[in-house]
Amino acid sequence: MSYRFLVNGDPVEVEVPGMRRLLDVLREDLALTGTKEGCGEGECGACSVLLDGAVVDSCLVPICQVDGTSVRTVEGLGSAGQLNDLQAAFLQTGGAQCGICTPGMLMAAEAFLAAGGGTDDEAIRAAIAGNLCRCTGYTKIVQAIALAAEQRRSAGHDSI
Amino acid sequence: MTRTLPPGTRPGSAPEALIVPPGTQTPGSIATRSPLRREGPEKLTGLAKYADDLVFPGAWYGATIRSTEPHAALLAIDQDPAFDWARVVVVTAADIPGENIVSLIRDDQPILVPVGGEIRHYAEPVCLIAAPDRETLRVAKRHLRLRTERLAAVFDPLESSEEISHCEVATGDLEAGFAEADVVIEGTYRVGHQEQLYIENQAMIAVPHPDGGVTVHGSCQCPYYIHRALKRSLQLTDAQAVVVQAETGGGFGGKEEYPSIVALHAALLARRAGRPVRMIYDRHEDLSATTKRHPAVIRHRTGVTGDGRLVAQEIEVVMDAGAYCTLSPVVLSRGVLHAAGPYRCPNVRIRGRAMATNTPPNGAFRGFGAPQTEFAAEMQVNRIAEALGISPLELRRRWAYHEGDSTPTGQVLRESVAALDVLEAAAEASDFVRHAEQTRRAREARQSGARVASGIGLAMGWHGAGFTGSGEVHIAGVASVELTDSGGVRVLTAQTEMGQGTRTIFPQLVAAELGLEIDAVEVAAQDTSIVPDSGPTVASRTAMVVGGLIINAARRLRGHVEAATGHPFADSYRDFAREHGGLRVDEHFEPYPNVHFDDATYTGDAYPAFGWACAVARVDVDLDTGEVAVRDVVSADDAGRIIHPVLAEGQVEGGTLQAVGYATIEEIKLVDGRYLNDRLATYLIPTALDAPRIEAILVEKAFSGAPHGAKGIGELPMDVGAPAVVAAIHDATGVWIHDLPATPERILAAMTGAPVPAAPGVSAPAIERGAA
Repeated sequence: MSYRFLVNGDPVEVEVPGMRRLLDVLREDLALTGTKEGCGEGECGACSVLLDGAVVDSCLVPICQVDGTSVRTVEGLGSAGQLNDLQAAFLQTGGAQCGICTPGMLMAAEAFLAAGGGTDDEAIRAAIAGNLCRCTGYTKIVQAIALAAEQRRSAGHDSI
Repeated sequence: MTRTLPPGTRPGSAPEALIVPPGTQTPGSIATRSPLRREGPEKLTGLAKYADDLVFPGAWYGATIRSTEPHAALLAIDQDPAFDWARVVVVTAADIPGENIVSLIRDDQPILVPVGGEIRHYAEPVCLIAAPDRETLRVAKRHLRLRTERLAAVFDPLESSEEISHCEVATGDLEAGFAEADVVIEGTYRVGHQEQLYIENQAMIAVPHPDGGVTVHGSCQCPYYIHRALKRSLQLTDAQAVVVQAETGGGFGGKEEYPSIVALHAALLARRAGRPVRMIYDRHEDLSATTKRHPAVIRHRTGVTGDGRLVAQEIEVVMDAGAYCTLSPVVLSRGVLHAAGPYRCPNVRIRGRAMATNTPPNGAFRGFGAPQTEFAAEMQVNRIAEALGISPLELRRRWAYHEGDSTPTGQVLRESVAALDVLEAAAEASDFVRHAEQTRRAREARQSGARVASGIGLAMGWHGAGFTGSGEVHIAGVASVELTDSGGVRVLTAQTEMGQGTRTIFPQLVAAELGLEIDAVEVAAQDTSIVPDSGPTVASRTAMVVGGLIINAARRLRGHVEAATGHPFADSYRDFAREHGGLRVDEHFEPYPNVHFDDATYTGDAYPAFGWACAVARVDVDLDTGEVAVRDVVSADDAGRIIHPVLAEGQVEGGTLQAVGYATIEEIKLVDGRYLNDRLATYLIPTALDAPRIEAILVEKAFSGAPHGAKGIGELPMDVGAPAVVAAIHDATGVWIHDLPATPERILAAMTGAPVPAAPGVSAPAIERGAA
């Protein structure tokens, strides 16, 4: 079967079995290895991507459900030379250590911020509760997301 | 062509800027002292290449066939003739060209169990298959059967008759100590397995060379462990075995020794297949088969005088090694050396045994034996404080080590002793006295039918920095700083980056010595064909030991260049390289001055220096369900001079949460020697919602033996978090939980007299088939 969808804004078409995992399509068919596999059963969130703006575990999504949608991955955020505000906040606070949970964590945080999420500690923690990190104790991740939220809020005010 | 500066060409004097007298604070704000993580942008954009992200055209997929019994004779490996075995390659023990041994401490663990040999644990590797695609691999695995004959299995280390190792530390006269005591308190504490749970599973890819050599790329802490293992079992020369660390998604000790097995398996398959082979574990295999923290049973008998002096400590430590030795003697040794806690006591005897059981081998995990024994030590101190009616804070003020005190091995703590500093820092930041008074009043006023109880608890600890005893001398690490032909500066070590920040702090240290910007200092790849063996990335030794080596190397490089040019290094090194070519300085480890340990008698300086930590935890306990919510933890940690405050805080915060998980929810349950909760759906670690608010306080009591004054930090917070949480549970509920983790079942059992759950870490027997 052939499936067509957008990845980070670009149209793609893949010819694969319908039950192939979105994770494998991204990593192996489209060579987008920024999305990671941690458990393969939807527990760790390392493979989180945005599907039409909603956070999903790409290890649990068969490609047949992706047809006609828009997928966003870590590769769709800023580049290494020009990080976006959220990535820069992670770098500044120390929110990435080993980095394996980071792409998924960033996508969960992007969805939170895109939905108008602010600096409230509990709300940020709830937004990333599906993304496990074993390095940081989450402290600096929560700080990074709050910092990005604060910056987006003040940037929004500036533009009004 | 790069030349190497011969040893002994040390410049007369070192730059003064980084020599820190003991006990002084380093100037500079956190912002200027904490440069951005070197590989951060790659990790934040998905560009960083972890093992499974690496593409090798034509690579096959490898799998490990494992035992499904805890103890059995392997009679045969049956390959079903219905399957076309020409489609895959199969490797058994008979195909190993060199020794069938996973090279580590003792030569007891086979790479693959040979036919006619003995299966000693569930999930033990027996044979290997590689196939061109995953589907063929899956089908091939189904057509392979192990024929075995079951043998009797031992699961409880206390019932095992097979000792892996033992050690004993003693000082003073134990009998005289107990004779002097007015109060004797006894306690038995048990802790279970804990999984490291790095989010990136074990992963290795082997690429065969035409000459029979092999390059393995993968996730690991210690490239040279793997290098030695490959040479020995594949009969390779130094140059034929190449190990290249890929970006590594967490280790915590779990990627100290186990990656040697994954690499050996991948390499054997790759040589047989004549093409690259990917050996990428999924979470289920990783949880089922790889090492965990050692379960332990620790018995204490403590003598205290009526006026509250500690006069006798008798401690017995029994660790469950699992089926093979792995690193157990060293884990046991560190556990024993830390078992008395950071307290002055004239009469001490600590005896430790590591016993074999028919369970998967246990191995390295952050803290390396100390979290187990320090949990018991702190439980004991807190129970004594309660028995004497003294505040746990006050009791520690009286007992904690000062400079000049001696440890049970006879080590005189000459400097860098911060026990009281961390104690007071944590007590003050957590407002311990006021909160403890509040929770006491609340407990006394509590009516029956109350739903939630709050508590606060305190624990302190110590952690020897670097290898135990003469370990560093045996490792004899070499680290280098090089001025390259093209006028660049780079650091060459085998120290791996796995999130803790090696790739950021090494350029910091070298740039400071050479007067350069941090970005001007490169870090060479952790590739055994490029970097020297500076020892493993374990034991909180990277910053202290190898950091010290590269500082000394940089000083020698600077001295040589400045002597030749007559100008400051920063102004002259590019011209020097143009005129004279490159120059590499290899710095060899030299024992710290006045540090001596006798391995035979277990006396002397067990560690060059100790780090010190104190944690205060606050919890809410649901009195109906026994559920614990850890609200906040203050952790004050002394790691000597802090190189990079943001990274150091990250170590404290992450280590504290692992300790909170150890205290509350992380437990492996076993039946018939098999881990039952071998998936992430059943082995739980704390999420962001479970995590307490963690405040890290960095105390800087510099260590003069290291040129930069640094000690280790990574393991410290792991030692103190669990006993602080359990003390807080006691403060809330009035019950002591002697076994980790303090699950709702154990808490309810202690509160209500309900049946006590089985001891942690010990397998239940096989469930009889057909039993009602």
